[in-house]
Amino acid sequence: MRVSVTTSVFLGLMASVAFGAPAAAAEKTKFEFWYGLSGDLGERVQDACKKFNESQSDFEIVCTSQNGYDTTLQNTIAAYRAKKQPAITQIYDAGTLDMMLSGAFVPAKKLMADNGYTIDWNNYFGGIANYYATAKGELNSFPFNSSTAMFYYNVDAFQKAGIDFKPDTWEQVEEAARKLKTAGFECPLAFNFDTWPLMEQFSAIHNQPIATKANGYNGLDAELVVNKTKFVDHVKFFKKMADEKLFVVKTKQLGMDIVPAFTSQTCQMIQTSVADHGTIGKTLPENVKWEVAMLPVWKGTERQNSLVGGASLWVLAGRPEAEYKGAAAFLNYLATPEMAEWWSTVTGYIPVTKTGFGAMKANGFYDKAPYKGRELAIQSLSFTPTSENTRGIRLGGFTQIRKEFATALEAIFMQNADVQGELDKTVERGNAVLRRFEKTYAGQTLN
Amino acid sequence: MDKRAAFRSWWLPSLFALPQIILILLFFYWPAVAVLRWAFTLEPPFGGAAEFVGLANFQEVFADPLYWNSVGVSLAFALCGTLATIFIGLVLALAVDRQLPGSAPFRFLYILPYAIAGPAAGMAFRFILSPERGLMASVNAAFPDFWNPAKYGSHALILVIVVFAWKWAGYTFIFLLAGLQSVPRSLIEAAAMDGCGPIRRAVDLQIPLLAPTLFFLLVIMMTEGFVGADTYGIVARTTDGGPNHGTDVMVYRIVEEAFRGLNYSGASAQSLVLIGLIMIFTFIQFRFIERQVHYK
Repeated sequence: MRVSVTTSVFLGLMASVAFGAPAAAAEKTKFEFWYGLSGDLGERVQDACKKFNESQSDFEIVCTSQNGYDTTLQNTIAAYRAKKQPAITQIYDAGTLDMMLSGAFVPAKKLMADNGYTIDWNNYFGGIANYYATAKGELNSFPFNSSTAMFYYNVDAFQKAGIDFKPDTWEQVEEAARKLKTAGFECPLAFNFDTWPLMEQFSAIHNQPIATKANGYNGLDAELVVNKTKFVDHVKFFKKMADEKLFVVKTKQLGMDIVPAFTSQTCQMIQTSVADHGTIGKTLPENVKWEVAMLPVWKGTERQNSLVGGASLWVLAGRPEAEYKGAAAFLNYLATPEMAEWWSTVTGYIPVTKTGFGAMKANGFYDKAPYKGRELAIQSLSFTPTSENTRGIRLGGFTQIRKEFATALEAIFMQNADVQGELDKTVERGNAVLRRFEKTYAGQTLN
Repeated sequence: MDKRAAFRSWWLPSLFALPQIILILLFFYWPAVAVLRWAFTLEPPFGGAAEFVGLANFQEVFADPLYWNSVGVSLAFALCGTLATIFIGLVLALAVDRQLPGSAPFRFLYILPYAIAGPAAGMAFRFILSPERGLMASVNAAFPDFWNPAKYGSHALILVIVVFAWKWAGYTFIFLLAGLQSVPRSLIEAAAMDGCGPIRRAVDLQIPLLAPTLFFLLVIMMTEGFVGADTYGIVARTTDGGPNHGTDVMVYRIVEEAFRGLNYSGASAQSLVLIGLIMIFTFIQFRFIERQVHYK
């Protein structure tokens, strides 16, 4: 009988290990979320996942950074082909068309309707939603971290150089650059070969096309036309400014990119994403005054809305049914006004819904010092109703096309290549990419 | 006497070889077959119906002037990189082989860079040799534009070759040192007694005896320069193929095309061409150069 006491205790323990623990764990449905953000922004995504997991007891989201937007797309494709895809993945703007034609996702609207959530899709800002929606305006993916390009300038330097205006036009930017140079500032404006502000955002706010067929929205047979628009003159202007050493190339290859150039006060003006607003505020010494403005336009231009950048969340096809309930719950959670506000506060990203923006404006968020100026991003995005040229860019292989143009800009600015000739050549190369994409997806149409 | 190996049955050695065979099938032949298939079809990134297009992918590749540019860049990179690694490795090996007091720790130090991943080395050298902030900044201050890999393709090519040589010289060093140490000491001593200085001994005695090792390294390093994973890592981290395609080596182009451009078919076609080139090179090297190599 002595033995049986120990035995029964032992058996009891075994039973609790065997039946008790798994029973508790089985209640939660685990699912995966891959994202591209890294560094500080990546940490904030982890915070969001933690908040969601703590908010309910049915699901557990496992969030993994893939370190970069392009690698997230690559890894998502590899995983999908191996049937090991995550339930949710974060895909950047340039990968939108690749995703749309993949047939590898569950449309946002269908997912939410199937799982009993009602979402007011009209609540999303038009400029944002149109980027990720079908031609009929139905969202395929969830806008998540949205941004647009802004113009940052050092107010202290402006004052020292005796500049008493805000640079709204490129004529004014030139004037400011000359005054800064005269006042002894070696690098009035810094730029790199990122096409997003220089080509894409510029074309949108000046209502210039990047490609035919409404930048690709009306068919896969679109062709690039940026070598025939105002963009050419804009590059020529930049080239002239660079030759006079008023605009200075700052890239990683040269040892310093534009944001560090601005925050180290090496350069006094840059154009970059509003998502950098938080970083710039944190990095510049507190006593330095700086401002943001909407991207400048050429004098006499009727400003159009700018393009949305950043990424959206796609729910991938082929996962077990239970995971979709979790994915829908997570996406619904992100869309709540409290979460939208939190996300927008801790990053520089803008609220993607009108109610989210309204709430933040009402509680005075944009009046407070470190966040001041961020509302201009939304003003810029919703400056006018979207036109054919400002709805978005829906071109296949756009990552590669961007790289081709970046290389062209490099040749123009670093090696004195002829502006028109280089752009003509690049458009031809870009069109070859588009034709190959069209052939790869022959028989499919945009919806 | 039984001259056969220790195994009397076929199944035991097969069993030992099995893990290796599985690994090779899984990680070499399977992808190779996929590449072969994709090179002749248009493969949608997410999978699905791929259309057979015959030689169209190859035609596209060969019609692209930038492809031929990358062939030239690759040749220059592999050739200069190979010669640099072998030369540096040889100088280091000759120095260590002289067995001067205190030379032992250098064997270890010289091999060390080989243990560092290519991308990490590339990243470090991007800062070290940055035209605006690194070692060359002061030279540039005195002679503007003396060194600017962000502007001149030739400088950028030198930059990636420097990183490659820094990383791989340690590898060639190991082989060359081993080769040198198998040269009979009596020969060296006899030469020394005949009044040959260290340089004369190296040129007339040691290097000729090293010929088989040097030839082996020539083949290995050329292949590494052309298709090595390090080559991609170094280029991606230092110059991104630029400026203006100045360092756009073939492997970099393939990876970019496949993963950035999501053009699996075009990248596969390029891979097949590259494999073909490597086979031709190796064939030429063994067929014609090996004959000139003096064994024993």
